[in-house]
Amino acid sequence: MLAYTLRRIGSAIPTLLFIITIAFFMMRLAPGGPFDRERQLPPEIEANILRAYNLDKPVYEQYFDYLINIMHGDFGPSYKYLDFTVTDLITTGFPVSLRLGMSAILLAIFVGVFAGTIAALKQNSVFDYMVMGTAMTGIAIPNFVMAPLLALIFGVYLSWLPVAGWGGGAIAYQVMPIITLALPQIAYVARLTRGSMVETMNSNFIRTARAKGLNERIVVIRHALKGGLLPVISYLGPATAEIITGSVVIEAIFDIPGIGRYFVNGALNRDYPVVMGVVIFFALLIITLNLVVDLIYGFLDPRVKVE
Amino acid sequence: MLLDVQNLTTRFHTHDGEVFAVNDVSFHIEPGECLGIVGESGSGKTQIFMSIMGLLAKNGTAEGDVLFEGKQILGLSTAQLNTLRGVEFSMIFQDPMTSLNPYLRIAKQMTEVLVAHRGMGEKDAEKASIELLDLVGIPESKKRFRMYPHEFSGGMRQRVMIAMSLLCQPKLLIADEPTTALDVTVQAQIIELIARLGRELNMATVLITHDLGVIAGLSDRVLVMYGGRIVEEAAVRELFHDPQHPYTRGLLDSMPRLDDSSRASLYTIPGQPPNLQALPDGCSFAPRCTHTMEICRKQRPLLQKIAAGRTKACHLENVS
Amino acid sequence: MVPEDAQIIKGRSLWQDARRRLFHNKAAVVSMILLGTIVILAIFAPYLSPWAYDDPDWGYDFPGPPNFELHHWFGTDGNGRDLFVRTLFGARVSLLVGILATFVSLLIGVTYGATAGYLGGRTDNIMMRIVDVLYSLPFMFFVILLMVFFGRNIFLIFIALGAVQWLTMARIVRGQTISIKKKEFIEAAHAVGVSNWKIIFRHIIPNVLGPVIVYMTLTIPQVILTESFLSFLGLGIQEPLTSWGVLISEGAKQMESSPWLLIFPAVFLAITLFCFNFIGDGLRDALDPKDR
Repeated sequence: MLAYTLRRIGSAIPTLLFIITIAFFMMRLAPGGPFDRERQLPPEIEANILRAYNLDKPVYEQYFDYLINIMHGDFGPSYKYLDFTVTDLITTGFPVSLRLGMSAILLAIFVGVFAGTIAALKQNSVFDYMVMGTAMTGIAIPNFVMAPLLALIFGVYLSWLPVAGWGGGAIAYQVMPIITLALPQIAYVARLTRGSMVETMNSNFIRTARAKGLNERIVVIRHALKGGLLPVISYLGPATAEIITGSVVIEAIFDIPGIGRYFVNGALNRDYPVVMGVVIFFALLIITLNLVVDLIYGFLDPRVKVE
Repeated sequence: MLLDVQNLTTRFHTHDGEVFAVNDVSFHIEPGECLGIVGESGSGKTQIFMSIMGLLAKNGTAEGDVLFEGKQILGLSTAQLNTLRGVEFSMIFQDPMTSLNPYLRIAKQMTEVLVAHRGMGEKDAEKASIELLDLVGIPESKKRFRMYPHEFSGGMRQRVMIAMSLLCQPKLLIADEPTTALDVTVQAQIIELIARLGRELNMATVLITHDLGVIAGLSDRVLVMYGGRIVEEAAVRELFHDPQHPYTRGLLDSMPRLDDSSRASLYTIPGQPPNLQALPDGCSFAPRCTHTMEICRKQRPLLQKIAAGRTKACHLENVS
Repeated sequence: MVPEDAQIIKGRSLWQDARRRLFHNKAAVVSMILLGTIVILAIFAPYLSPWAYDDPDWGYDFPGPPNFELHHWFGTDGNGRDLFVRTLFGARVSLLVGILATFVSLLIGVTYGATAGYLGGRTDNIMMRIVDVLYSLPFMFFVILLMVFFGRNIFLIFIALGAVQWLTMARIVRGQTISIKKKEFIEAAHAVGVSNWKIIFRHIIPNVLGPVIVYMTLTIPQVILTESFLSFLGLGIQEPLTSWGVLISEGAKQMESSPWLLIFPAVFLAITLFCFNFIGDGLRDALDPKDR
């Protein structure tokens, strides 16, 4: 188990390095420097800014400086928000984004697993068709369509919930963002759970469990769920990536002060350090969570350890 | 009589119509005896016992009477069946690789049976389980007890399956092709183990197989199945020396034998197994039979008693 | 499910069988009809309405609700342009990006997967490790980085989208190649002296084709979705060109006063995504008989 853990960590580090390198050199290769819009500046001032951002050094030195800075948690200053560093923006936005994301993931797991399991056990029943139909809708309707629609219905027409904003984190402001963020994931988890539970329930070891005269509840909970939920566990990695991606658009729509909103603004304003910093931060987050998910998987599936 | 099966018919409803897997089958099992059931795949031999165990696929239905110690068990609810399955009768399956739960330790998979049926505590259940592992010949049983199925070889897994099925001292053990998925050298050991346990524990055993050789030395009585029907029943010795149904004869002729060097190549029964969606009106073996007569195609031969403990379903008077 | 020993062997060809099953799938058939309609509408968009996609109608409201007398069936947008025509032009861009990017992903994925699967051994190991690593990357952000650094160009969009969608395709093709390489019928064909080309065209391609087609059908909506996502954020297609994402984004901004701006493009996008998903599912069920 320890060797497995170390090996997984060992492969995570080069991945992260790969991302940073690609992002860094892509930025250097970008046509038109980062200061395109400030061309009216006198040359001396522009030179000063260049020096402040280390742009006058050779590229490889910039690269190593950037790497070292990132290791210290320093993503450099923002080009647009002159008083803020990228790290400032991330630390302000992250708690908000984290709260949304975690709630959405938990909601997705609970609702998705529950609905998917019941659908699998009552295969081809009305409930099954309902769950799968709703799941299809959840997958086919993108969250940037769902979010405005929900805002229109529950915010504008019914006035049950605030249309947008954060309200200092009041629950009412969180409901719609969390639900829209979670919906596609609920759908995926439900479909995944159903498929894998149907397969598991038809497997030979379930037949054995039944032949042993165990009651159906034990057959499902003890024998089927553990294997049946493994695909859900391994989906948690991609799910986090999806949720993070989704949060970008959800935060933009509901005007929530999370990382996603800074990222979109950064992207629209070509604020390179913010865009890069956030991408690297997200990558770090996703890789770490993938690692955690893999370790959980290894813990749950006894066969992984031997390999 | 331990088990009495009367007019058992098992059907599967598929998109392409009904599949008649078991057709009007009747037989019985005496306490402590070893019954062999032989037939090609698709002959319905497995589905008889899936029906009895209540393990049919969702689209399957079974009709008829199955009496276990005089009590009707066909059509019982799952909850009622669960007081019998694994307690009064147990079943082990063809593929020991997939029949054990890969995510649970052997320990849990064994003790849960005793906890569920005997109301034992975890400690007692463990002790009893380890004793059984010893009985089926698993070395270092205490250590192996804590392992996962993938840490066992195929033969060892089948031993675990056997031990697991014996936990509640059943009166009947059904072994469905228990050695088909195993190495040849291991096959004999497993078969001998089942036979020995049957004798020592005075437990009736059913050996389902497509290989007459497996049954030869062990069974008391043999049922030969074809197209979802019993076509011949005999004591094992008589069946080998004087097969009465052309199909049985074909099966025997297609067995490799060491004592007969006169035949250069092995005999195979020509043709395909019958289509279970559209069984012919006459004898279902007629299209492949070397002795087909006019009547065979028109009228289905019924299972008739031809001697004490012998039956056959064939119009032919004497095969040899 | 019929137990193994009760199964009956049938002598129908895989493709005939698949087509029969596909046309028995109501959801897939309805989806094909709907999608066909959308495609035809998109192709003939300029001839279906008197209005152009980029000219305002000065004689009507900015924006205006649907009006049948003026042939503004879906109303007009904030610049007075006809929404029906714009939705169909958006369909052109969205579908085109979806198909072209999927084609790019197909090209990369099939080449990569087939190479890895065919060569096998250490090369295969390394190539698949790379795919595993790439899988764990947040791709959407890479596309955004590309857009930010290199400008928002429609060609860049579908190349970038195609370049990030090939991973699963590569995995599928590799798996298929390996399993087919080992199949007895290939060995048998080799043994009786069938030429390599014949084997590839008769046996390998038809066998790989099924899963590839299924996955392609499922990649197209994925790409359309991603493009819309980018366009929604303002990082994709730029004015005066339009796509469903752009229209939805504009619609969302004015949904309180002019909900039709959001609803029409959103419905078109959702229907298209639905259709592709149903067709993909239908194809998968049709081509994978063991799942029956």
